[in-house]
This record gives sequence, C-alpha cells and structure tokens, in this order.
Amino acid sequence: MSDTQNLTLVQAVRDGLKGELERDDDVVVFGEDVGKNGGVFRATQGLYEEFGEERVFDTPLAESGIVGTAVGMAAYGMKPVPEMQFSGFAYPGFDQIVSHAARLRTRSRSRFSVPMTLRMPYGGGIRAPEHHSESKEAFYAHEAGLKVVVPSYRAFREEVPDETYTVELGEATTRREGDDVSLFTWGAMTRPSMAAAENLAGEIDVEVVDLRTLSPMDWDSIVESFKKTGRAVVVHEAPKSGGLGAEIATTIQEEALGYQRAPVQRVTGFDTPFPLYALEDYYMPEAARIEDGIREAVEF
Amino acid sequence: MSVLETDPREKVQVLAEDGSVVEGATVPDLSEETFVEMYRTMKLARHFDERAVSLQRQGRMGTYPPLSGQEGAQVGSAMALRDEDWIVPSYREHAASYVHGLTLEGTLRYWMGDERGNKLEDLNIFPVAVPIASQIPHAAGLGMAADYNDSDEVFMCYFGDGATSEGDFHEGLNFGGVFDTPTVFFCNNNQWAISVPREKQTAAETIAQKAVAYGMDGVQVDGMDPLAVYQVTSAAVERARSAEGEQLRPTLIEAVQYRYGAHTTADDPSVYREDDEVEEWKAKDPIPRLEAFLRDRGVLDDERVAELTDSIEEEVAEAIDTAEEYTRPTTESMFEHVYAEMPERLRQQQAYLDRLQSEHGDEELLE
Repeated sequence: MSDTQNLTLVQAVRDGLKGELERDDDVVVFGEDVGKNGGVFRATQGLYEEFGEERVFDTPLAESGIVGTAVGMAAYGMKPVPEMQFSGFAYPGFDQIVSHAARLRTRSRSRFSVPMTLRMPYGGGIRAPEHHSESKEAFYAHEAGLKVVVPSYRAFREEVPDETYTVELGEATTRREGDDVSLFTWGAMTRPSMAAAENLAGEIDVEVVDLRTLSPMDWDSIVESFKKTGRAVVVHEAPKSGGLGAEIATTIQEEALGYQRAPVQRVTGFDTPFPLYALEDYYMPEAARIEDGIREAVEF
Repeated sequence: MSVLETDPREKVQVLAEDGSVVEGATVPDLSEETFVEMYRTMKLARHFDERAVSLQRQGRMGTYPPLSGQEGAQVGSAMALRDEDWIVPSYREHAASYVHGLTLEGTLRYWMGDERGNKLEDLNIFPVAVPIASQIPHAAGLGMAADYNDSDEVFMCYFGDGATSEGDFHEGLNFGGVFDTPTVFFCNNNQWAISVPREKQTAAETIAQKAVAYGMDGVQVDGMDPLAVYQVTSAAVERARSAEGEQLRPTLIEAVQYRYGAHTTADDPSVYREDDEVEEWKAKDPIPRLEAFLRDRGVLDDERVAELTDSIEEEVAEAIDTAEEYTRPTTESMFEHVYAEMPERLRQQQAYLDRLQSEHGDEELLE
C-alpha cells in the first residue's frame, strides 16, 4: 500500500498535470492565465516555471481559439490539456467542443481522434460574479463522443495516493454503503450528500454513490445499488429540468422497475439562472434539503 | 482633417504628462464648470475605487473589478455622450456609468451580490456583461434597431484589450461596418487581461489599426489624457450621429491606459508584472495631469481642491451607507425575473423553497 497525502482538489489537479507533463512529451497545457499566473484557481501553479513556455503557455483571450487549436494539435497526435477559465465562459468554445472535438473521429471514420483533456471549473459557493457558478454538465453529457468526468470534494482536502495513480473512466465509487436508499451524486454535491447520510444514520441507512464519470455513466453500479435498496435520490447542483437526474431515474425504471419501491427523488438546483451571491446559498442543495429528499423516498 | 483620420499607429494627445498642452493640440472648448466636473468625477471614481477594494478586503463586498488608472478614459469618453445616448458596458465601467447617471450605490449593490444593483431604471445603460466581448454585437444590434426606428441615439460600447481576441469582437465590428451602425467601439486597452499582456493578444502594432479591416476609422488615443479622450470620442459620437455620404458612422477607439490594481480583487498582479512598470504608468496619472492644467489656468487652487475632496468623500461614504442598508434580496426574486409569466413548474419550485425555509429556518438551510 502506497503512502497518501492530504490534498485539495486543485492541488490534486496540479499534481496530475505535473505527472502527465513529466511522463509524456506530447502533453501541453494552455489557456488564459495558466502560465506565469498559475491559473486563476492555482491549478497550474509552478508548471510554467518547471516545464517552460513551450509546454505550459498563455493564449489570447479566445475560447474558440483555445479549443479549436487543441483539436488541431490532438488530431496531429499531441495530447493537449487546454483550460476554460470558468465553465460559464466556455460557450465561445462550445462549437469547437461539440462540432469537432466530439465528432472528428466519427467524421474521419476513426482516422483522426482528439485525445484532448479539456478542464473547466464549474459550480457555486465561491462568492463570485455572474457566470462563475453554473453547473452545465448536462450540455456536455448530452453530446455523443465526449467523456465527461467530475471529481468530487471541490475545495476540501482528501487523502490521495502519494504517487501517480489513475482512476478508471466510467466507474462510479460507493462512498458509503447502505441498505435503505441509494443516493447518486457527483462533484461538490458529494460532501453535503455524505453529511446528510451521516445525519440520518441510525434512522435511515443511506448508500452514497459518487458517479465520477457522467458520460459514459456506470449504469451497472447504479442499477445494482438500486436493486439492493429499491429507492433512489439523485442530488445535483445543476437545474432540475433536463438534468442528468432525469436520465438516471428513467434508466432505473427501464432496468429495474420490478425492484422499485418509491418514486425517484431529485434534489437539485432550481430552474433559474444561478443567482448573484446574496442568494447563492439558497440555490445550492445542502444537507437539510438532501435529508428531506431522502425521507421523501423512504417514507413513500 | 478630422482627428479620427489620424494614422491609427499614432497616439492622439492633448495634455502632456505634466499637464501642459502638447504643441499643436486643440484643447476642447469646455466651460470652466465642465472642466471641474471632469476633474471631480475622476477624483470621485478613484476614491470610490479605493473604498470598494477596501470593502472587499473587509468581507463587506464580493469580488470587485477595480478601475484606478482608467478614470481618464471612462470619464472623458462618457462626457462626450448626450443623455439619450447609450452605454453598453463590460464590467469595469463604474465611472463611465456614473457619468451617465448610474448611482454609486447601484454599482456597490451589484458587486455586493444583489441583482437589484443591475436594474438601471430610466437610464440608457445596458446591464453589466461579464463574458468577455459578448456585449460588442449587442451594441451593433442596438444601433441597427435605432436606425430602424429613425432614432439618432449613439451607442458607446466599452471593452478591453483582451476582448479584441474574441470572435465577438470581430463579428460585432463587422456588423457595425456592414450595417453602418451608430456605434462607437471603445477599447479600454489597459495592457493586461488578468495576467496576459497586450502583446500576447495580437501581433498587430496597435488595436486601432484593426478598424481598417472593417472599413471604419480607428484612432489611438492617450487614455490617461482625459482631454484627448474627450476630443476623440466627441468626434466619433458626432460622426456616429450624423455622418453622411460615403463616410461610415462607426469608429474604433483604442484608449491606451493602465490598470494600476488587480484585474479583480481575486488576483495578485505582483505575480505577473513588475512594480517598475506600474510606477512608470502612474507617472501618466490622469487626475494630477488635469489638475495641473486647471491650476495653471487658475480654475483650481488648494482651497477648491480641498472642498472637492471633502464633498467626494462625503458622497462616497453616503453611497456605501445606503448600499449596506438594503436587506438581502428575497428568495422569490430568484424566480420572478426568469420569464414574464412564471411557468407552473417554477412556481412549484419557489413554493418548495418557501416550505424549506419555514420548516428549517435560514440557519439550518444555509449551513
């Protein structure tokens, strides 16, 4: 068993980038303010100094240009890791993401692929201005050809292995075992979901599954957990309507209707633009709201 | 020859750094009162900015984008507008918006995370646009609509040097040229897009020269010289309102200036630029520059400056008090401005949040 270290998500991202830059000469990291400044969240801190401007560089302020040039580099055989500064600013690059990054393989009948890792911070709770707090993962999960990954425990420390390690894409992880109800979540919602599960311990036995990959989703783990509990709650920060909670609820019905003991509950953000920060704490699901959702599922 | 026909690689200037008039320059024909208003507004903007940064540091305000160093460009340009003209801002135009009627407490409330600060009733100011360059096509479209309605309003669109790298810059200016819109495209080139310097945004020598590609005039002006900014912008506004014949109405202005502080209170400029550079630019400061000019003309003296300073401090302090007196917006305000008629599902979600609030109380809910 290797040693572990206690890191924030951003530190873990930085370590991951550093490891890949060391391991593979084809990896380059670029975007707005990722060089000397080390990224607005410090996710690239020290990489410019260590690997030089050829591997870690700032670009003009142009998201379509950033993603589009990354597509070109990737098709040529490099492994670009471009950054969108905030997911709310990614939309000028959206065309390049959905029309090209996701489809170049299909269009070229697999002659070209796009081995690009596009990073974008998302989500609320940081007291930031407009467009800095949205959760738009459903846009990307809706797009065939993309893999969508959301690490959990944003802004909180967690033990991670000391040395380079990988997490298999497409595999969920069970953060907490339980028999009464399955809670499916991802990203920063993992933390309040775990808190809600702990608060209810002794009363309701909650299984918390952190999906980690949103596309392709780990349907086997989801259905297996649901067959055990017969009840499900999906927690996401994104708006309710058209969110991935609906996809999960429907698949559960398709695959395991006979096991279902209660309607699937969704605890989510509201169908409104993400508010400025005076109201953001009301927007985001927190433990009390999640506990209500769990009770609804169990007391049906 | 119009000042707008200056070679876009040359910088228009009226006041030298010491406040003397540059040889051959024309001082705008303004009343003493107007000169003093220009001076007072720049000084007020500087003081407001320092107080706002300090409020953020004390946890009384969220992330805030400072403007110190940019008062000359904002005040000089906005003073060239009529009331019925429009400002289409990015997110740093606190001083330009103040000139055009926005209250200081409105700006404060917005950056205190309260959307009501963005409700600019009865003012021709578009709401803050945070995504870079995204407001530029709006300014062209507003101009197209004004034409369609036979209005002679002019639209002053502000953006930064970083914005000129975005597709929306190209598309907005291209529409402006093709549809010959009554727009002034005003680039506040403050040298830095967060940590990325102007040289990394474009290999072009100046931003002003990009105008050539859109068939319009582009002019570079010393953005820390409020009189030069006023002169150039007035000419561009006049042309936007009344150009005839072959002459296109839109103009691209590049106002060369410097942001003394951080991009927002969330970054630390000492990581990416040298203090010496900041000091060099501070020698061009628009406020002492205009003050020296006005003292030389006998319009300002120590007594008058002291009076103005007191009234500015009082005005800003009152605005902060007023902004902080507002209670937090209600949760229903999160729902009520999404659609003209609230869909039933949204109404249900609002009722659900009301229920959560009454069952759990704010303390538990916001834990």
